[in-house]
Amino acid sequence: MLKLLKYALYDILKSRFAIIYTVFLALVAISIYQVSDDLSKVSLSLMNIMIMVVPLISAVFATTHFYNNLEFVELMLAQPVKRSQVFLSQLLAVILMLSLSILIGFGLPMLLWGADSSLITLLAVGMILSAVFTGFAFLASVMTRDKAKAIGISLALWIYFSLVYDGFVLYIIYSFADYPLEKATLGLVMLNPVDLGRILMLMQLDISALMGYTGAFFKQFFSSGIGMLVILMVLSIWLVVPIGLSGRIFKKKDF
Amino acid sequence: MISVNSISKKFGRQEVLKDFTLSFDKGNSYAIMGPNGSGKTTLIKSILGMVLPDSGEILVKGRSIKGKEDYRKDVGYMPQIGRYPQNMKIGQLFSMMKDMRPEIREYDLDLVEAFELEKIKEKTMGTLSGGTTQKVSAALAFLFNPEVLVLDEPTAGLDPIAAETLKSKIRKEREAGKLILITSHILSDLEELTNQAIYIFEGEVFFNDSIESLKEMTSEEKFSPAIAKLMQWTLKKKSTTKVLTHA
Repeated sequence: MLKLLKYALYDILKSRFAIIYTVFLALVAISIYQVSDDLSKVSLSLMNIMIMVVPLISAVFATTHFYNNLEFVELMLAQPVKRSQVFLSQLLAVILMLSLSILIGFGLPMLLWGADSSLITLLAVGMILSAVFTGFAFLASVMTRDKAKAIGISLALWIYFSLVYDGFVLYIIYSFADYPLEKATLGLVMLNPVDLGRILMLMQLDISALMGYTGAFFKQFFSSGIGMLVILMVLSIWLVVPIGLSGRIFKKKDF
Repeated sequence: MISVNSISKKFGRQEVLKDFTLSFDKGNSYAIMGPNGSGKTTLIKSILGMVLPDSGEILVKGRSIKGKEDYRKDVGYMPQIGRYPQNMKIGQLFSMMKDMRPEIREYDLDLVEAFELEKIKEKTMGTLSGGTTQKVSAALAFLFNPEVLVLDEPTAGLDPIAAETLKSKIRKEREAGKLILITSHILSDLEELTNQAIYIFEGEVFFNDSIESLKEMTSEEKFSPAIAKLMQWTLKKKSTTKVLTHA
């Protein structure tokens, strides 16, 4: 397993994409640090960019990588190694690469200009979202035989979770504004990993007061130890379920 | 040594292998023939575990291969079209493959030397010509001195010298008592290298016996006309089944 991961990582870290992505993230972080000295403003701006960009890049890159690496996968499947290990090594290599890019690209500027707890949370959220969307991308990839279709599915998932879902939630909140919605919104938030990541960040930023009564309720829920635990559990479900499903399909796939 | 027990495989609606049963014994060399799309590669990939049959089972050394991977230690596979990581150098590819089978320490370097792969080990796989890639595939298949050799169109794309080198290597391994499976459309190669003929037609075994009895059955003295006759018979069979289904 470790051997497979070593070769998969070796291949992926040598690709030009890893470097370009890291430099891009670093440039974003540096330019935002230049604009403002207030750390909470920095982390808010970084969060707004990250929450859009990281899932998108993760989804598209993981799908392309899966298809570009089919040769390697086929080669390995004719060797005395377990299918599940071939799958996991590919997946972990992508997640590790994306996480490293965030860690270096955002982390270095933080080392230079300082960071607070919200910025550390930002790094963690970025890595979790990378992993979740890599899982989605692998699921899309093993479900189809066509690269274009798989990228389409990955993009559709990104659009849904990043754009469409929020519109849907807003619509519900407006339509049922006369009812107490705190718990319902809480439930709705759980159904979207991107929102969960965003809330995890916002709760660190002390701006929940801006969100009115629901915000206060959220603050109360998520700041408690149980709330945090619930969030992490739900996020790990978002991580494990797509990966588990795609692993099962991969085991039965013909090459 | 390998037995394939009534496996079936469908790709979508197309039935590639139908209730397919065969067995391969040690010390023999099998020519697997059949028109394009008759299921040769699917059969080979099923034996390697790359394609999973819908039903039936495959036994290697008496043990089912389902969900197993250890048996592949004893199988050397040369694919029809070798696909390798494009950024990897030849030398890295070889050391990686050795790393995958750490328990094997003695390597068969005959083909590596014959094809002079050592000289070009710094070249990346993506820059190699089709023929050179085939040489790498061949050298890798023989590298671990496996008991079973599965060669999918081994000489296709090789220059005449390389093809001869590979053939004499196959002959040598055959004399050493290994089980060899070869698919090819080059009948002269098959006649030289094999003693058993298997003809697959539309996912079913149409002929399976020694080459001698194939010649006897078709009352031909040479291999190619014998195969040609076999192919004509399959066509007849096809037309009769058509008539039957229309009736």
